[in-house]
Amino acid sequence: MTAPATTRAARRRATRDPAEVAAGLPRWAFLPAAVGGLFVVLPLIALGTRVDLTGYWGLVTSESARAALVLSLRTAAVSTLLCLGLGVPMAIVLARGRFRGRNLLRAFVLVPLVLPPVVGGVALLATFGRRGLLGESMEVAGLQVAFSTTAVVIAQTFVALPFLVISLEGSLRSAGTRYDVVAASLGAGPTTVLRRVTLPLVRPGLLSGTVLAFARALGEFGATITFAGSLQGVTRTLPLEIYLQRETDPDAAVALSLLLVAIAVVVIAGTHHRATP
Amino acid sequence: MTAVLPRRARAAGAALVAASAAVVVTACSTGTTDGGTTLTVYAAASLTEAFEQIAADFETEHPDVDVRLGVAGSSTLAAQIQQGAPADVFASADTSTMDELVADGLVSTPQDIAANALEIVVPPGNPAGVSALADLAEPGLRLVVCAPEVPCGAATTAVVGHAGLTLHPVSEEQSVTDVLGKVTAGEADAGLVYVTDVARAGDQVEGVMFRESAAAVNTYPIATITGTPRPALADEFVDAVLSDDGRAVLADLGFAAP
Amino acid sequence: MTFTLNASVPSRGFDVTVDVAEGRTLALLGPNGAGKSTALGLAAGTLRPHDGEITLDGRALAGARAGRRTVWVAPHRRRVALLAQDPMLFPHLSVRDNVAFGPRSQGRSRREATAAADGWLAATDLTALAGRRPAALSGGQAQRVAIVRALAAAPRLLLLDEPMAALDVDVTPTLRQTLQHLLARQTTVIATHDVLDALLLADEIAVIDGGRVVERGPTAEVLSRPRSAFGASIAGFNLLSGTWTGHGVATASGAVVHGYATQADMPAGTAMTAVFRPAAVALHLTDPHGSPRNTFRATVRSVEPHGALVRVRTDQLAADVTPQAVAELALVPGRAVVATVKAAEVDVYPR
Repeated sequence: MTAPATTRAARRRATRDPAEVAAGLPRWAFLPAAVGGLFVVLPLIALGTRVDLTGYWGLVTSESARAALVLSLRTAAVSTLLCLGLGVPMAIVLARGRFRGRNLLRAFVLVPLVLPPVVGGVALLATFGRRGLLGESMEVAGLQVAFSTTAVVIAQTFVALPFLVISLEGSLRSAGTRYDVVAASLGAGPTTVLRRVTLPLVRPGLLSGTVLAFARALGEFGATITFAGSLQGVTRTLPLEIYLQRETDPDAAVALSLLLVAIAVVVIAGTHHRATP
Repeated sequence: MTAVLPRRARAAGAALVAASAAVVVTACSTGTTDGGTTLTVYAAASLTEAFEQIAADFETEHPDVDVRLGVAGSSTLAAQIQQGAPADVFASADTSTMDELVADGLVSTPQDIAANALEIVVPPGNPAGVSALADLAEPGLRLVVCAPEVPCGAATTAVVGHAGLTLHPVSEEQSVTDVLGKVTAGEADAGLVYVTDVARAGDQVEGVMFRESAAAVNTYPIATITGTPRPALADEFVDAVLSDDGRAVLADLGFAAP
Repeated sequence: MTFTLNASVPSRGFDVTVDVAEGRTLALLGPNGAGKSTALGLAAGTLRPHDGEITLDGRALAGARAGRRTVWVAPHRRRVALLAQDPMLFPHLSVRDNVAFGPRSQGRSRREATAAADGWLAATDLTALAGRRPAALSGGQAQRVAIVRALAAAPRLLLLDEPMAALDVDVTPTLRQTLQHLLARQTTVIATHDVLDALLLADEIAVIDGGRVVERGPTAEVLSRPRSAFGASIAGFNLLSGTWTGHGVATASGAVVHGYATQADMPAGTAMTAVFRPAAVALHLTDPHGSPRNTFRATVRSVEPHGALVRVRTDQLAADVTPQAVAELALVPGRAVVATVKAAEVDVYPR
């Protein structure tokens, strides 16, 4: 390659150049950064020390644990797809739309981020519950949401959606619209531009947003227990199972917690690797 | 976060605290504050209102004592005591949890303070027309009960098994509060909770007594923590709970005598 | 006229009328902030006119009366391609897929679009780069690919926004040559503040200043005899056209101007233009002795102040000299002078 030093390839190589000096990094930052890292990692290690390895396999493969794991993965996957289907257009509208009240709309979309999940569950009950805003007419139409797996998916989507929207919207904003303008001038319609230019360009943001949404859906507890109930194989996801097991069998709770952490680590590491080639 | 709350904390708050309670035990202040003495009492969530009243009366009689009430699920509190939480008195919602602490030598000999039985709870007006335990087995009825893993669920299993019924609940909740919440919200047609819970919920629900509940009566034991620096004061609090005034407070809230 | 733009955008202080004939290239020449980008934005469809109309091939692309839209064609339906300062190659696509993007977007099959792209890359000697990602291209290569990508979309109008501005000076001559070749039959509007871009690429120049067209005419005329203040401040070049002899440019008047060709190996007989600044010209009353120079016998036509210097126009060329020289040589209209310019000061471009 004979690219001069000004090309993007050269710049990217430069970030991994051993000769490069780390700029903008005060030395004192290492200490609080290390404390912060330890603060996050230490509880996970402590959790690991509580695991009884001899009985581990039995604990995580018990019928109730398997049912909870399968339900969690299924619902989190469906919720993530729903988040993508709704969240990608939301992020585009928020990032690219020119209309009054956009900032207010963004604030509302992000409310589930600050809402205690239990309150989210109450709000969902008020919407989709039997006596809820929509639930009443849904009940008439023969649709029952409460106590169903659908309710779990709704609860997970509710809390996970803002993660995808906020992450993707940020990427869209920093990507700007210059590539989109060029693509349109080459004859590509808005949908083609979105599919072939905009989304591929924000792929890292889209991926990390999707992972965040999946992780949040997988860990959802408060809204689910309030809105969906808890029944093995139907609504009792892994976090609910962990919380229930803690009552009688703390070892099982710890074993399942570790399983949840392992899933999260695998998912995040897997996609992070692909997001930054 | 250990569930040490101001005495006036509501049961809902207690449930939230229970939800976030972790293995981590924060040191909470015991001993002497402002020249007075602090007594830390851990009590099962269902005892919240009764113990708030009893503690208030106790403080009136002992002006230099500040009673701190920690309320959460019995097993959560027991786990915290096992981890060394600085409690002086512990009141559990079931004997088995207390027995574990006795076996560990962490508490003195427990004494029973109250009993509680199950009652059917339905939304106001009883839309599904539930009048007996057998009605709960009707197909199509949206029934919510406690999960077998928690004490109220164990009681449910005992009662239902004794009656020879098989129930098909739409949800097996983590706590009585969650069962009650589903019924007050109108999501469930019926639930099984304790008599005291129905009494506490007031007009929001109706209760349906049933005779089979006698098969599983829950007993609430109380004990002082071994090694408390204030054994005399702890004993005094236990006596206050067991006194006629204490029993009257419990009875007012729907508890039966042990 | 193939392309006409007659539009005002009061919020930007912009009110411009320009047109371009089929296959011709118009340069919008002006300082930063003059309104060049606004004109391109109006044509590309990233900006809306407040008043006026924009047409291409007789079809209205955008129209408005007092802020109310009367016509609006979406950018992707205009067949107007935009080439910006930066190449803006899609970083996730190979060079080939970048070039195929236009044909593909216009509904051609993947195979057809790829074949078209390969054809364009072959025609422009870029085949070797076809499989590369844009990150692996040099700045000059990327801009050439961007030009080819724009042309592969078969635009009826091509817009170039300062296409050389982001490039190293050593690659601009090659790129200008590429553009000269590719734009020969392409209807084009090029926005630039660089006189050389206008000189080498444009048939006509519209000088824009403060959102208005202050001067308009054929390239050679505007650059050699600017009538507007801005035109005079940036242009006023001496442009002498003729044919290449192998050593210099033989003009119609018989003189041969020696200078440095910006490209090597130009065959004799090629149409070329010699370009040099008036400040590089010295005036004498008799033939000077010394180093080999280009010498012109000329008659003074006018003498006028030009900044700290004095611009002396002759029948052949213009010279900027000091006021002292004007006094010493008694330069007045009608005076015969000998004008000299070092060959090193003369650039020769193919035309």
